[in-house]
Amino acid sequence: MNMASPATAASPTPLVRARDLCVSFATPRATVNAVNGVNLDLAQGESLCILGESGSGKSVTLRALMRLNPPKRTVVTGELNVANQDVMQMTQAQLSQYRGPVVSMIFQEPLSALDPVFTIGHQIAEAIVRHEGISRKAARARALSLLELVQIPSAARRLGAYPHELSGGLRQRAMIAMALSCNPRLLLADEPTTALDATVQIQILLLLRKLQRELGMGVIFVTHDIGVASEVADRVAVMYGGRVVEEAPVEILIRSPRHPYTSGLLGATVHAGTRGTRLTTIPGAPPDLAELPAGCAFAPRCTRAEPGCHKAVPPLLEVTAGHHVRCPVVCPARIQAPINV
Amino acid sequence: MLEYTLKRIAYTIPIGLAVSLVCFMLVHISPGDPIDSIVPPDTPTEVIEQIRAEYGLDRPLPVQYGLWLSRALQGDFGESISKGRPIGPDLWVATKNSLMLAAFGATLGFVIGCVLGGAAGAFRDSWIDKLCLGIALFGVSVPHYWLGMVLVIIFSVQLNLLPSMGMGPTGPWAWDWDHLRFLVLPAVTLSLIPAGLVTRTVRGLVSDIMGQDYITTLRGKGLRTSGIVLHVIKNAAPTTLAVMGLQLASLLGGSILVEAVFAWPGTGMLLNNAIFQRDLPVLQATTLVLAFFFVFLNLIVDLAQTALDPRMRRT
Amino acid sequence: MIERMPDRGGPQQPLLIARGLTKHFPLSKSLMRRREVVQAVDNIDFSVMKGETLGIVGESGCGKSTASRLIMQLIEPTSGEVIFDGESIGRSGLSLKKYRRQVQMVFQDSYSSLNPRLTIEESISYAPMVHGVPKSKAISRTHELLEAVGLAPSQYARRYPHELSGGQRQRINIARALALHPRLIVLDEPVSALDKSVEAQVLNLLIDLKKQFDLTYIFISHDLNVVEHVADRVLVMYLGKIAEIGPVDSLFSDPAHPYTQALLDSRPSMDPSRRRTEPPLFGDPPNPINPPSGCRFRTRCRKAWGLCAEQPPPFHQIKPNHSASCHAVALEAERVSE
Repeated sequence: MNMASPATAASPTPLVRARDLCVSFATPRATVNAVNGVNLDLAQGESLCILGESGSGKSVTLRALMRLNPPKRTVVTGELNVANQDVMQMTQAQLSQYRGPVVSMIFQEPLSALDPVFTIGHQIAEAIVRHEGISRKAARARALSLLELVQIPSAARRLGAYPHELSGGLRQRAMIAMALSCNPRLLLADEPTTALDATVQIQILLLLRKLQRELGMGVIFVTHDIGVASEVADRVAVMYGGRVVEEAPVEILIRSPRHPYTSGLLGATVHAGTRGTRLTTIPGAPPDLAELPAGCAFAPRCTRAEPGCHKAVPPLLEVTAGHHVRCPVVCPARIQAPINV
Repeated sequence: MLEYTLKRIAYTIPIGLAVSLVCFMLVHISPGDPIDSIVPPDTPTEVIEQIRAEYGLDRPLPVQYGLWLSRALQGDFGESISKGRPIGPDLWVATKNSLMLAAFGATLGFVIGCVLGGAAGAFRDSWIDKLCLGIALFGVSVPHYWLGMVLVIIFSVQLNLLPSMGMGPTGPWAWDWDHLRFLVLPAVTLSLIPAGLVTRTVRGLVSDIMGQDYITTLRGKGLRTSGIVLHVIKNAAPTTLAVMGLQLASLLGGSILVEAVFAWPGTGMLLNNAIFQRDLPVLQATTLVLAFFFVFLNLIVDLAQTALDPRMRRT
Repeated sequence: MIERMPDRGGPQQPLLIARGLTKHFPLSKSLMRRREVVQAVDNIDFSVMKGETLGIVGESGCGKSTASRLIMQLIEPTSGEVIFDGESIGRSGLSLKKYRRQVQMVFQDSYSSLNPRLTIEESISYAPMVHGVPKSKAISRTHELLEAVGLAPSQYARRYPHELSGGQRQRINIARALALHPRLIVLDEPVSALDKSVEAQVLNLLIDLKKQFDLTYIFISHDLNVVEHVADRVLVMYLGKIAEIGPVDSLFSDPAHPYTQALLDSRPSMDPSRRRTEPPLFGDPPNPINPPSGCRFRTRCRKAWGLCAEQPPPFHQIKPNHSASCHAVALEAERVSE
């Protein structure tokens, strides 16, 4: 597995290259700036986790990679290249060619993300028919082998099942089979296990890890759960207020987080061994995305904030190889030069 | 599904019986003796008794009901008081005529409603939405007999394009323009209310479905708009059909005024005349037939809905 | 002013005992088949000691939410009874009104459990006023409670639920639960809908309030880490039955029931260098409509053998206060004693 980081991306062209990606939504009351300048690189076969709480912009970022945000109300700017294609310049017709064979997505709640009145088999086969132009019968045969690939027992019978007839775990497996149906090079997963039971969650995570390794896809997970990241990610990017505030290989991020928000979040996460201790908490509430502060979005809640933090958005700087932090207090600019300009 | 179908059919039997009982009682709960309306006021008592026995009216009510129902089920509804001839054939023709008109009106309304509602739902909050909703509001709020008269004035009187009354040339109905042109104005008038209701239903459904997560999934699979439309239609179909089926049923009986405006010889006309002539047997028979249609359409709607929406099938 | 109900049986008497508690939900009748029932909760026994936190864990369909509603007497049990501080609840014993004053509940969905048309102040003071507390006193109590849950009354009392964040709304729900001076609070997934940083705030608050108001908690959650953090004893449920019950240290360090072991092993490692390689369990929990015969866990259990299909396993005590319902555990214990 390639442990490439933005600064040292060794492979000639990364699978995903996003620069200064911004997404905003027009609402009747205000403009919501959900994503404010995200840079992402992902190598082929690499697995990245975007970690954040609600309103951090993590899901919006993921959808922007597919240009899947509601087209009428959304403004997306910046550069986005996936598999050597300029996604920002694509027409609707080109986008529909891009979605499926190049990039596909797994959603959080398979029950609502699958059409209730079509069978699982139909929903998998229709994507194959659409993109490969093969017969419905051949597509159905492929759908069957996909269900077997995601380890659905008695797969042939499940082809004719409707989503509500399957258990939560099987539905998510069917969703994964659907996402894999056109052999995508990039798989996006939006909280794929949040709606599942604990014993099912680990099965799905292990399945995704196995499939990624076998099929050599790049995978971007979005999660609020550092535990999920610890099981599947090579690298983790922590988002806050629509920006990446810290990015590092997963073991470094878990062992030695640098950004005050990341350490706060990890400290607040209940895990074995916190019993009897008082959980550290982050005071205050997440920022209003319609009125982001001029400086660091976390500064109003940060116990270590300095006057400078409130004035300008600090740059994302590399502290050690592959470990980037957007905080002038823990990582002063004079030590390291900014990257990715 | 089979079990549900049988169960659902079984349910219609008590409903049908209850409906027929109400129709039967129509005659008996209306004030006065039904015989009084048949015979002159000075008829001797023996003759009245004789007629009463002839009609079976001297037997206990449950027996009368049983006899009436078994005859009605065989198509024998008794005699019309005003015309003095069997009701069956007249009712049969009238029902056929009404059914034809209602089917055309409902189909037209359904098509208009689906187009307007689909457009409004897909482009929610745009000018298209507002336009379609405006038309729908017009449809449900304008009295349709008034619109019928306006259409008559425009297309029959002023432009002289379409006939305003009746079912066309005497003789049997034929599926040619000479006959069909008589159907145009009443069908258009009749389609107004279902068009409005279906527009509103479809608009709500489509805009709701378009906001569902699975539509995002379909876009994420790279389906073309046509592929996505297929999913929207199948999801919207059960509810739309339910609304439509009930509309068709109410058009059958509820078109009294439209049939009157266009002198369309259907059940509406039949009812209209029966009410004015206090022809209770005709009223009874027509109500019964319409009520059975209602029950039957409800059954069809339920079964169609269950067939279309797998979540409603309890295996 | 409403006072807290006095203690009756002393510290040794459990605050709440569930005895043979059962809830079967009938499914709609079928013409050709016999009636089916969902065995949501099937004959469970447990007790909650005064001042402790009993955690209830399990996956979807295990009956933990039904159990909480049975405890609250929000639904009628099919059979079995709830005994509160020595008194049976219902006709002969403790009246429902008196019981509900002493037992309160906090739900997962902080928004739908508040009336959107009432201000925070009105929501919290509503129940005391129903119980006859004069308005001015109820309001001043409300302000104390808002203070206690960490929300400044001057800032929040007049707001409506939609103007607050999820964490703030959950604090309001907790304050409302405290308004009648309850002795027991049933917390049904109280932090599951919250972000991690907010979850920590609410958990700290719950631990503080318990001390401050001398409360007893039943804490229901699907998150083992959270239960380990807050609970004194833990009850593990599977398909309407209790699989294992014991003190938190003993149960988490030395789980006896194969299901408990699997649940614990399903937790992410939090250490990328020691990732899980095999899922501890395969498949999903089965449908509670037709649970497997004998031991309900046997269809997913690696240790299951013939006996498990034939008889429901008895409860076997492993350590003081720690028992599990598993044939394998009982057999093991027999072997050791021989």
